[in-house]
Amino acid sequence: MIDAKLITVMYVELLLFLILFPLIPALILTVLRNENLRAIVVTAGAGISALGSILLLAFSVGQNQLFFTVPAPDIALVMLVLEILIAGYLVIVSAKAKQFLVIGFVLLQLLLIGGAEYLGLEGHSKVPDLLTDEFSAIMAVIIGVIGGLICIYALGYMREYQEHHKDLPDNRPKFFAVLFLFLSAMFGVVFSNNLIWMYFFWEVTTLCSYLLIRYPETEEAINNAFRALLYNLIGGACFPIAIIYILVNGGSENLGIGSLIAAGPAIALIPASLIAIAGCAKSAQLPFSSWLVGAMVAPTPVSALLHSSTMVKAGVYAIARFAPVFDGQVLGMVIALIGGVTFLVTSCIAISQSNAKKVLAYSTIANLGLIVACAGVGTPEALWAAIFLIIFHAISKSLLFLSVGTVEHRIGSRDIEDMTGLAAPMPKVGLMMLIGIAGMFLAPFGMLISKWASIHAFSQALPPFGMILIVILAYGSAVTVFFWAKWMGKLLEVRKWEESIEFKISKAEWAALIPLTALTIIACFGIAPISTYLIEPFLVTMYGKISDLIPASNLMIMVLMLALIVVLPVLMMKILIPRRSLRRYMGGVTVKDGVMEGSLGMKREIALSNLYLEDLFPEAGLSKYGSVITIVLFCVLLLGLISGGVL
Amino acid sequence: MITILTAVAFLIFAPVIGVLVSGVDRIITARMQGRVGPPVLQPFLDIAKLFEKEKVGVWQAPAVLIFLHLAFMVVTGLIFFGGGDLLLAIFALTLSEVFLVLAAYSTRSPYAHVGAGRELIQLIAVEPVIIIAAVGFYMVTGSFAASDIMNYSGLPVILLPGIFISVVCILTFKLRKSPFDLSTSHHAHQELVKGVMTEFSGSTLGMVELAHLYETVILLGIIYLFFVGNPLLAILAIIVVYMLEILADNSTSRVKWLPALRGAWLITLILGGGNIIALSLL
Amino acid sequence: MVYLSKSPWILHYDASSCNGCDIEILACLTPRYDVERFGILNTGNPKHADILVITGGVNEQNRSVIQNLYDQMPNPKVVVGVGVCACTGGVFKECYNIAGGVGEILPVDVWVPGCAARPEQIIDGIVKALGILEQKRAEMSRAEAGA
Ligand code: SF4
Repeated sequence: MIDAKLITVMYVELLLFLILFPLIPALILTVLRNENLRAIVVTAGAGISALGSILLLAFSVGQNQLFFTVPAPDIALVMLVLEILIAGYLVIVSAKAKQFLVIGFVLLQLLLIGGAEYLGLEGHSKVPDLLTDEFSAIMAVIIGVIGGLICIYALGYMREYQEHHKDLPDNRPKFFAVLFLFLSAMFGVVFSNNLIWMYFFWEVTTLCSYLLIRYPETEEAINNAFRALLYNLIGGACFPIAIIYILVNGGSENLGIGSLIAAGPAIALIPASLIAIAGCAKSAQLPFSSWLVGAMVAPTPVSALLHSSTMVKAGVYAIARFAPVFDGQVLGMVIALIGGVTFLVTSCIAISQSNAKKVLAYSTIANLGLIVACAGVGTPEALWAAIFLIIFHAISKSLLFLSVGTVEHRIGSRDIEDMTGLAAPMPKVGLMMLIGIAGMFLAPFGMLISKWASIHAFSQALPPFGMILIVILAYGSAVTVFFWAKWMGKLLEVRKWEESIEFKISKAEWAALIPLTALTIIACFGIAPISTYLIEPFLVTMYGKISDLIPASNLMIMVLMLALIVVLPVLMMKILIPRRSLRRYMGGVTVKDGVMEGSLGMKREIALSNLYLEDLFPEAGLSKYGSVITIVLFCVLLLGLISGGVL
Repeated sequence: MITILTAVAFLIFAPVIGVLVSGVDRIITARMQGRVGPPVLQPFLDIAKLFEKEKVGVWQAPAVLIFLHLAFMVVTGLIFFGGGDLLLAIFALTLSEVFLVLAAYSTRSPYAHVGAGRELIQLIAVEPVIIIAAVGFYMVTGSFAASDIMNYSGLPVILLPGIFISVVCILTFKLRKSPFDLSTSHHAHQELVKGVMTEFSGSTLGMVELAHLYETVILLGIIYLFFVGNPLLAILAIIVVYMLEILADNSTSRVKWLPALRGAWLITLILGGGNIIALSLL
Repeated sequence: MVYLSKSPWILHYDASSCNGCDIEILACLTPRYDVERFGILNTGNPKHADILVITGGVNEQNRSVIQNLYDQMPNPKVVVGVGVCACTGGVFKECYNIAGGVGEILPVDVWVPGCAARPEQIIDGIVKALGILEQKRAEMSRAEAGA
């Protein structure tokens, strides 16, 4: 038996280790130009972070929420200096690019946070700096394991990327350094209890995102990088306002997440809503969403890591943290509606896209919207759904991004139309992509279970908002089925069996793709234990008592269904498969399979294109309407905040 | 216990009921057209024949996917009649439909491709109504479990009139009946031959037909739930609704997919969505 | 196990008929004759069909089409030639583009002569074909059992 004190010490050391450790590979990688050495450092760094986060998760089981104060009183000052340095850097680069709006917001934020620090300096040490519980540990595992896998994948991907883009400067040392810096900052965000700490790490992730989007250094990339920066800064400005509000109204003891939530909605609602606005910007909710779509110019590992599985999750993490505050509040419902509208509108837009990365981007925004909706509703059941959505979305989406990245380098296109019959030349990657897509929307997989839980949760939410959310969800999930299923169909439209072109895929890419595929499936089998050992204890800490969530028998049925999908084809294959192969029916004018003879003896191969329904779901029009609706909702939210949360 | 029995009964009797319903359907259709029509058991004979035929196909995948389509249609029914969660049953149904669509895509036939696209459009036209209906039942009976809803003693339709009308409308999509037989139909249409089914033959087609029988029974089961408190009335309602479907099938011509989708969504939004929002405010 | 002959699905192909025979085939579907009584359906898709009904003689253009359609039908299957044209080329026999009856390229099981063939005759021909179909099925299942 290790005594409790020792565990606490190990715990806090592990937290600090996770935050600080990635900085070591980051520093080494900045100076390292040798490719083999870089591979070793990245793999080791990613591996250690992953192991550390898993260890943390193991620790957190059966533990209560723990708070720690880091015994270093000057650290606040260090952070302030770093923040000023970051701001200075951003001002310089934006001045060079003539992005004056960005400069304005950088300075505004600096002013605000400076004011907050000034107000809060004396009370700083009153709140513990770090916290950890099951939720943080889950986030940490997502960052450590999935983030680590993506870093390893990036080794192989970036080598080819540079080969494909000979005209671009080879900045890979900086690239990998920023990736690890980002991991460190992400660990910081999810372990912060002190809001000033959280804000600091938050801003570092914004900086990393900016640097990585800009990586290709094309004009488009630079513009999009600044757009991402601007939108995140606009949202980010709400963060210090929340801090100032707390300091002015509640006193500095409420500066910690734990104490703020404990203080109840009367005090916490306004700062929580302000942070939720920052979270909405970070999670690319409408009307901010265009930055995330623009961010897709970055190399695919960046999109996978920052813009789908981790950084954008920081936004929803912050909102979900405060979910108990939003429980039963109209303001929470307004936030939920913003998420809901985003979910519906961006799902619709995804139908009209044929660029695979754009489909993934829009579906990411949509799913983040759903998480925001759950977090805004704020009941225990909704939070359960939100956390599961975070987990499963991180896994499946990163798998999808990475497999799209791999396919892109093999076939030279990221257009879904060019992936017709991909299951033949790339059977393994094709299968992985199919599993990833299935993971996003089909029944026995995780995302769907979470959606199901959210319907349950919404049906008990504050009327009539809950019902409005359900209507939104009903339409949104139908639309989701459409664009995923047609993509799956496209992969299966096999012309004939061809030579596999998979042998060219690097080991590093396989090393990430295979574990992620395995995770997609294993996580579904693991829903019940994850729920009982991690999420339910967390919910009990947050809410005290919880009513029964999704009954275990239903989860069992889900697991059985998953087993059926795996087992049935294998069992029945022998009986089912055709004994004789026939040509496709094409009105009898087939010359050879798939080729038809037209008038005047002209021979044509059939070409099939999917439905994109651009007229029904136009990208520009939908985002315009979506933005208008969400802006109105944001105005309602702000009005509510200004009038003191009386709404 | 009772629910397990119903589930087993579903497994065995659903095809029987399905055959009878569809056989009677064909006879009534024939009578409406002034014909005599086939024997009642004709749907059974058709399916049995299909299993006698040679196993041919374009490649291996479609047959396997179709088997999964059938398997999950059965799972849907087992969950539904076994008293499981209504939403779970709906998701299993969607899964089953997606397998059908994937099978159609995987044949890479131009006709099946067009059919699969339209099948997906039908799917998104129908999905919102069913989810909203499930939530409606929850609001009336306080439970998502089919077993609890089946024990409800009142008539949910009284509180859910809007949802009931929307469900009746989308039933036409699901039963593949005119004017919404867009993706395939019981009669071959020139421009897309048999749509999604074009490349399926022999036992593969047989499995599709069998799955459709199960689906029909599940759909009629949903209609039943609206009148659950009074079984006699419920059966009467099913008969009336089905007659209406046959009448619509024979007296309308197909519409294009766009008006079909718009119409379905509008009806769902106004009647279905309006219904549950109003109910939540009560 | 006699389901096959209880549910024969037909694929009707107009090779180069004058449309006379086609109209008669369609007449079989009308209330007066109503072949659905016997479970007969007109499928319009070789993958679903058991009986290939061809009207008119074979011409050079559709030689490959007829062969294709026949090949795309799953076994067991039978071919019925309807009308004099389908049997021999009929009045078009001497045309520059006509190769002759369907027998030129396919193993026809039942001939239904007549110009045009009457619906009663056509139905009779198809019923005859059912017997042959059943025979072929029995052979097929025997071969399968043996293999
Ligand atoms: S047999 Fe007579 S009716 Fe039939 S296609 Fe030939 S010419 Fe026309």
